[in-house]
Amino acid sequence: MIINFAHFTPYASLFGGVLIGLAAFILLAFNGRVMGISGIFSSALTNHPFSGLWRWFFLAGTVIGPLIYLGFREDGLLMRPVSEGALLYVGGFIVGLGSMIGAGCTSGHGICGLARLSPRSFIAVMTFMVSAVVTVLIVHSGS
Amino acid sequence: MPVFIALISGVLFGIGLAMGGMLDPAKVVGFLDVFGEWDPSLAFVMGGGVIVNLIGYFGFIRRMDQPVCDARFHLPQKQSFDMQLIAGSALFGIGWGITGLCPGPAVASLFTNLDTGAIFLASVGGGLLAGKVISSQLRPA
Repeated sequence: MIINFAHFTPYASLFGGVLIGLAAFILLAFNGRVMGISGIFSSALTNHPFSGLWRWFFLAGTVIGPLIYLGFREDGLLMRPVSEGALLYVGGFIVGLGSMIGAGCTSGHGICGLARLSPRSFIAVMTFMVSAVVTVLIVHSGS
Repeated sequence: MPVFIALISGVLFGIGLAMGGMLDPAKVVGFLDVFGEWDPSLAFVMGGGVIVNLIGYFGFIRRMDQPVCDARFHLPQKQSFDMQLIAGSALFGIGWGITGLCPGPAVASLFTNLDTGAIFLASVGGGLLAGKVISSQLRPA
């Protein structure tokens, strides 16, 4: 195994993770809701807006957050695409489709489910980590 | 009050994603590329998030009768494994590996990535809605 130390950002990533964990804790402690983005986003799209207004506020916050972070960074935010055109959008569709059928994504299963020691989330995380690693091996190897 | 809490939670989540490196598809692929030059950073994002949440859940939430602003905790009740959990998660991993973006970053990139952010978010939303239809067919209420 070769570690890419040039791009390794343990402190920023750990601090980012702590903020994500705090976000999930606050949402559950105050609103009693799991911070699963695929669930929040899909329910926001299908429910009557007034029956879950909090979801739109959460999504708005998620959109605003990176803009606030950008305001404190002079060197901008690194966003290097790895796929483009049809592949990007088909990939996005598969992301949505899979998280809906699998009842969760990186946030719901990965952050919230694992922290509650949910066996279902453990299986989900193992499954999507393996399939993502294999996909990268096939699609992006050598890039 | 609940909408204000949701907004604060969303802002923290969005800042965390940006700071952690989750909005950079190349970094995500670098994390998933365990057989190449591996960048383990995102394990720290997940580790930090899970540890804080684990302490929060077992230290506080489990000792609370109900959330501060709601009558009950809306936690998933399902315990059993099924093919949908495995198949859906496997599909999600394929999409994540192709694009380097999962649903949270797809939302968070709406205005930080003006080139493709909106169309990508729409494609994730389309997939979610299609998944909802398929799930309801497979899992009659």
